[in-house]
Amino acid sequence: MAGKLRVLAIASGGGHWIELMRVRPAFDGHEVAWVSMFDNYASEVPGDRYYVVPDASRFDKLKMLAVFRKALGILWRERPDAIVTTGSFPMLAFLLIGRLMGAKTLWIDSIAQAEEMSSSGKLAKKIAHKTVCQWPEVAQAEGLECWGAVL
Amino acid sequence: MLGGGAVIFASVGSMLPFERFVRAVDDWAGANPGQDVYIQIGDTEYEPRHAPFTRMMPMTEYRERLKSCDLFVAHVGMGSIMQALQLKKQMLMLPRLHRLGEHTTDHQLHTAARFGHIKGILIVDDVPALQREMSHLLAEPLETGEGISNSASPELIGHVQDFLAGVRPRH
Repeated sequence: MAGKLRVLAIASGGGHWIELMRVRPAFDGHEVAWVSMFDNYASEVPGDRYYVVPDASRFDKLKMLAVFRKALGILWRERPDAIVTTGSFPMLAFLLIGRLMGAKTLWIDSIAQAEEMSSSGKLAKKIAHKTVCQWPEVAQAEGLECWGAVL
Repeated sequence: MLGGGAVIFASVGSMLPFERFVRAVDDWAGANPGQDVYIQIGDTEYEPRHAPFTRMMPMTEYRERLKSCDLFVAHVGMGSIMQALQLKKQMLMLPRLHRLGEHTTDHQLHTAARFGHIKGILIVDDVPALQREMSHLLAEPLETGEGISNSASPELIGHVQDFLAGVRPRH
């Protein structure tokens, strides 16, 4: 291992967070801080810093603005070397600002996207350093790699 | 018809309302007063009249309820599927439909196509089938598979580790 990193591991509430929890062993040996949408998830990551952001759809500019402001504060404080997310849309704010601040960014498209890449994932292709899918067919259609699945 | 006191845990997940589902489960609870039904309704507007419910419970309580139920009834969310597989729980699921405004896309139908054949999962098309199968699966439970571990495939874990190994710490 090249060295201990500051990793920001982030996901929306519900399935996206469950997916992130399943990727968790990959962060062993690094300093991890977490972002999701519900206060009670903090108990899943005892001892680590955990932040909450509001949910925001693609169509809600005001809420997305709130996410951007929150993301800016969190990234300013955490200064992550790497950001890893399993989606969804609001997490793009972290990839965008984080990348501008120098972090390496990874988007793992959700396993729930079994037929077509998520619209957020298609945006992530333009923002993240690396974007991957969990279904080979979906990856192929997007010209991306499949890195295996959370299952 | 059924033995009383079976425990049913129903959940719409945590992110979006699912009116059709909550009404269906609640109506079933009304018609089967001897059964112990509990529903996590999220942001669903309709409040159950027959079954106790909560909007959202802490993860720890969610896992406890999932672990101790006889039947898990849910939307076709990957979070729900993975958690129930982990606990080897039989699950009955109704997909959210885009045309009814229940989700932003029809990806739950795609998930249903991919996971519907897995041991321990039964996915139905509509409310009558859901209610029929709730009764049926209490009487004749599905056989469940050997379950899944609590982490992603070694392939995915390895790739993410490699990705991180290529990142240079900046402090």
